[in-house]
Amino acid sequence: MSQVVGALKQAIDGAMGQVWIKGELTDLKVHSAGHWYFSLRDADAQIRCVIWKSNAQRLRTRPTDGTEVFILARPDFWAERGDVRLSAVQLLPTAALGDKELELQRTREALARDGLFDPSRKRPLPRFPRRVALVTSLEGAALHDFVTVARGRWPAHLLVVGSKVQGDQAARELVRALGLVNRLRADVCVVGRGGGSRDDLAVFNVEAVCRAIAAVTVPVVAAVGHQTDVTLADLVADHRAATPSAAMELILPERAEVLARMNGLGARMAGGLSRRTRVIEERLFRAEDRLEGAVSARIRDDQERLSLLGAQLEALSPLRVLARGYAVATGPAGKVLRRRGQFKPGAGFTLRVVDGEVPARVEES
Amino acid sequence: MSGTPGEPLRLAAALRRLEEIVRSLEAEDTDLDQGLALFEEGVGLLREARSRLETAELKVQQVLQDAAGDLRAADLDV
Repeated sequence: MSQVVGALKQAIDGAMGQVWIKGELTDLKVHSAGHWYFSLRDADAQIRCVIWKSNAQRLRTRPTDGTEVFILARPDFWAERGDVRLSAVQLLPTAALGDKELELQRTREALARDGLFDPSRKRPLPRFPRRVALVTSLEGAALHDFVTVARGRWPAHLLVVGSKVQGDQAARELVRALGLVNRLRADVCVVGRGGGSRDDLAVFNVEAVCRAIAAVTVPVVAAVGHQTDVTLADLVADHRAATPSAAMELILPERAEVLARMNGLGARMAGGLSRRTRVIEERLFRAEDRLEGAVSARIRDDQERLSLLGAQLEALSPLRVLARGYAVATGPAGKVLRRRGQFKPGAGFTLRVVDGEVPARVEES
Repeated sequence: MSGTPGEPLRLAAALRRLEEIVRSLEAEDTDLDQGLALFEEGVGLLREARSRLETAELKVQQVLQDAAGDLRAADLDV
């Protein structure tokens, strides 16, 4: 049996997400633990409901039986009793709540369920946007504000997609305009209008408009001129600005600041290069010193070797021998005469002594 | 909708590259040839980016859609 009940529980708990349900409240019992138990019924059906203590504590008024209420609830199979009930987190008497308010609640829930408010969806803004899509009214003061602030800051290309921003046509036109943005190759999109009454801003709470904002492929800034009320469009957009002027200040850098930054980078670049050349210059000097040292050492070596060689050479010189009193005899062809047999009687020869030559002749025997 | 004059201020890319160049020039370990080449590249980038930024002007156009669904942009006086 528990298997069947388990299967039922799974089927019923997963049957639908949280939904707003309208009905007449009856049999309200507040349990000593703080939970609220009651039934909700209309002409054809009724169902048991519970609001757990943690949620019940947040409810301002305790409705009397017979009050028409909206509850935000999901079905829940109570296995221990074999009973289906609605587990509610929110309860609002319909009298206390206009249809608009309820629609707002419903839309908020629907968008939240689809994750459109998730912080992880928020995209960063481009640092230097070139093409800026602007979805706004062509008639309003907002357009003038957008353009004036942009002109004073940054030479962007503003692509204005005109749309009504209040009245019956506004939702349809905004959805269309936001759809066009995806064809503009824009870097960023701003959707907005100037301030207005709560009713004037109502279109920025329309589900289709919020979904169209979420479907824009570039970061979207919502600038629905209002400081106090946050519209659902503000929550779905990637960024929010309080006014059209603030939106432009948010997305556009200031030309003068960027130019100053460029100058700073230029100066740092020059500084880096001159430091680099200084380092290299020092290295060159050091290298030169070392080179000079090496060369002069080498020259000293060579000089020593040279004088040594000179001394050896001198020792070998025949002049040294002649200086000691020896003489060299050479024949007519300059050939050195070393042996007796080379001296023929009567033949002339030359004697080389230390300071010159002496003609001589072998005596006749 | 394409070919808009006064276009691409590819500044983000240029500034990123400039920052890279400054970092390498400020580091101790690039040689002079490399340093000079980087410096030259940086000066070129800087000159171009600066002149574009100085001369560019805000442009405001209205996006219009014709019956066939095609888009065109017309200058808008605001």
